[in-house]
Amino acid sequence: MALLEIAGLEAEVEGKPILRGIDLAVPLGEVHAIMGPNGSGKSTLAYVLAGREGLRVTAGTVRFEGQDLLAMEPEARAAAGLFLAFQYPVELPGVGNANFLRTALNAVRRARSEPEVDALRFLKEARSALKRLSMADEMLRRNVNVGFSGGEKKRNEVFQMALLKPRLAILDETDSGLDIDALKIVAAGVNALRGPGFSALVITHYQRLLDHIVPDRVHVLTEGRIVRSGGPELAVSLEESGYAGLAAEAAAA
Amino acid sequence: MSAVAETIETVSAVTEGGYKWGFETDIETELAPKGLSEDTIRLISARKEEPEWLLAWRLKAFAAWQTMSEPHWARVEHAPIDYQDIHYYAAPKKKTPKTLEDVDPELLRTYEKLGIPLSERAALAGVEGGQVAVDAVFDSVSVATTFRATLAKAGVIFCPISEAVREHPELVRRYLGSVVPAGDNFFAALNSAVFTDGSFVFIPKGVRCPMELSTYFRINARSTGQFERTLIIAEAGSHVSYLEGCTAPMRDENQLHAAVVELVALDEAEIKYSTVQNWYPGDAEGRGGIYNFVTKRGACRGRKSKISWTQVETGSAITWKYPSCILQGEGSVGAFYSVALTNNRQQADTGTKMIHIGPNTTSTIVSKGISAGRSNNTYRGLVRIMPRAAHARNFTQCDSLLIGDRCGAHTVPYIESRNATAKVEHEATTSKIAEDQLFYCRSRGLSEEDAVTLIVNGFCREVLKELPMEFAVEAQKLLAVSLEGSVG
Ligand SMILES: Nc1ncnc2c1ncn2[C@@H]1O[C@H](COP(=O)(O)OP(=O)(O)OP(=O)(O)O)[C@@H](O)[C@H]1O
Ligand SMILES: [Mg+2]
Repeated sequence: MALLEIAGLEAEVEGKPILRGIDLAVPLGEVHAIMGPNGSGKSTLAYVLAGREGLRVTAGTVRFEGQDLLAMEPEARAAAGLFLAFQYPVELPGVGNANFLRTALNAVRRARSEPEVDALRFLKEARSALKRLSMADEMLRRNVNVGFSGGEKKRNEVFQMALLKPRLAILDETDSGLDIDALKIVAAGVNALRGPGFSALVITHYQRLLDHIVPDRVHVLTEGRIVRSGGPELAVSLEESGYAGLAAEAAAA
Repeated sequence: MSAVAETIETVSAVTEGGYKWGFETDIETELAPKGLSEDTIRLISARKEEPEWLLAWRLKAFAAWQTMSEPHWARVEHAPIDYQDIHYYAAPKKKTPKTLEDVDPELLRTYEKLGIPLSERAALAGVEGGQVAVDAVFDSVSVATTFRATLAKAGVIFCPISEAVREHPELVRRYLGSVVPAGDNFFAALNSAVFTDGSFVFIPKGVRCPMELSTYFRINARSTGQFERTLIIAEAGSHVSYLEGCTAPMRDENQLHAAVVELVALDEAEIKYSTVQNWYPGDAEGRGGIYNFVTKRGACRGRKSKISWTQVETGSAITWKYPSCILQGEGSVGAFYSVALTNNRQQADTGTKMIHIGPNTTSTIVSKGISAGRSNNTYRGLVRIMPRAAHARNFTQCDSLLIGDRCGAHTVPYIESRNATAKVEHEATTSKIAEDQLFYCRSRGLSEEDAVTLIVNGFCREVLKELPMEFAVEAQKLLAVSLEGSVG
């Protein structure tokens, strides 16, 4: 059984169908990439998986470790080990990053019947994670995403992921807006978690990220459907030929 | 670092729900008969063995009150208050104890339930310097005062005002009513006529008060109005931080509370007055709850004197309260930092008045209003620049946060400037907790309520950071408790 099993998933936003029948399975330990043109529904898929309100699932099922994911509250999904790195991380004025993260970490730990971490241990772990991500300690004192540069916001998402240690990470264009060094750091953050107990769905437009996070599978999403799946070489060929050919192929099929 | 711990503790503390401080202490109470007349006032004055001048002062206030009518300009609505249906005096029957051992154990248990560290629990949660003096006001009569010795050594007087009337009559006589005159307004006049107790603080010239002074008020006896009177005098070059915190037992009938607080700061003196107000707000339908009509005013009489009011208001069915500063001394500084949270059917009309009289006076107003449920929350503020107040400056920031769409937030600023060199700035915002903020928090594992609490605490950060540390923690817990049931 795969960690994540999506079958016949359809969803609409404000009456407009966005996802039109998605089938996708991510086995435990694998990293899958999702590519596709702007507006094809990649973020929508990520949001449906994380449980955002305002998206109406009209058909299909999603199983996470065999559980009915769609029936769970967003916080229960987080507790079960799902993590979404947002394409556009949200600002929380006045809320300190450290406070936010420790609150989140302990909420998740409570839900998993694990003991809470005290402030000291939290700081120790947070500091070492920051170090691995080449981020300044000052990050902990700042308000969540407020006044962060685009790149800092993305790194902050990876930092949160490193602390929350999910079983399934969904990264929605975490590479967009990153310089080359930051890209490597982010990739290292994901690769550090890689192992038999961790899976990831990496949404990206660029092969260059996949040079560093080599995926087990690549899927192409256009107009709310997965039109093509393949190995890492699929991303390379897409880089050369673009999506136009694929769309035509799909229409012909 | 400690900021890290704050909300975490808040989150874990807030698990049960309801109004946690709702219980009644079973202590025999002596009640005056219901109703207000000259006889009632004579009775109060006699019970308290007051000097003739004070009785005369009370009677004058009563005469003034009789000619006045309840103010109705605030955005609050309530059933008519029957002033003749209230007990104006209640006192525990036992005599004032000399030490903690003499305090009724039932009362100590009450404080324990409230989490008040009255005995040596008072080295409250590791405040730097370690000590908080608590002058506990229990139903109108102060029954215990701690840390008197340390304070006495510094020359600080901190005692029930009734005791100050006996021990320091010249000070009380000189300053009582000098900031809030007996006939100032309807509720202040009522208080002046019938006030039963409260705190008196005197900080002599050049003294930095060695500890935070703290008073916990508590309304206890059934239908007993509370008329506290507080007077704080800071002589030239002195400094004091005063904390006032309140909780009240759950009950059905509305209770009137009309306190008066007067502050006097002389040359280069500084008074920091912090309040966490958590009186019973009534149930979800608005039944019960405290009516809180308070007059708080500080006079910056001296050059470069400073008065700051910081308040976190989460309780009461009705809050009518405008802590003010009269900036008389040249270069004096006034500040008002406020969080007012209303939920269910609560109504709050609160704000401040900054009266700039002297030249180069400055004032800062930061108000954070949070409305949830079907509540109404109004900021009402006056900034008045008098002709002599050259180069006076005011900065006002008023932010409102709405939770849900059945509540109201209103901002009513009055600005009157009669000096062209003065500068007055006003900023106001109204926002709702955004769906994407909630979702972001929940996607990290926070429940919806914890997410709201976190966002609200963030919204109030600028004000909460003005509170002494252990008070800030208390305030965050209160915000969380008060927000329960506001989402979902
Ligand atoms: N709240 C909304 N109201 C209306 N349309 C929406 C809403 N949210 C998303 N959409 C539409 O759904 C479609 C898919 O959007 P989505 O954000 O999932 O695309 P994407 O594949 O992530 O694109 P990109 O590569 O640009 O990030 C788009 O046409 C978008 O305009
Ligand atoms: Mg997207």
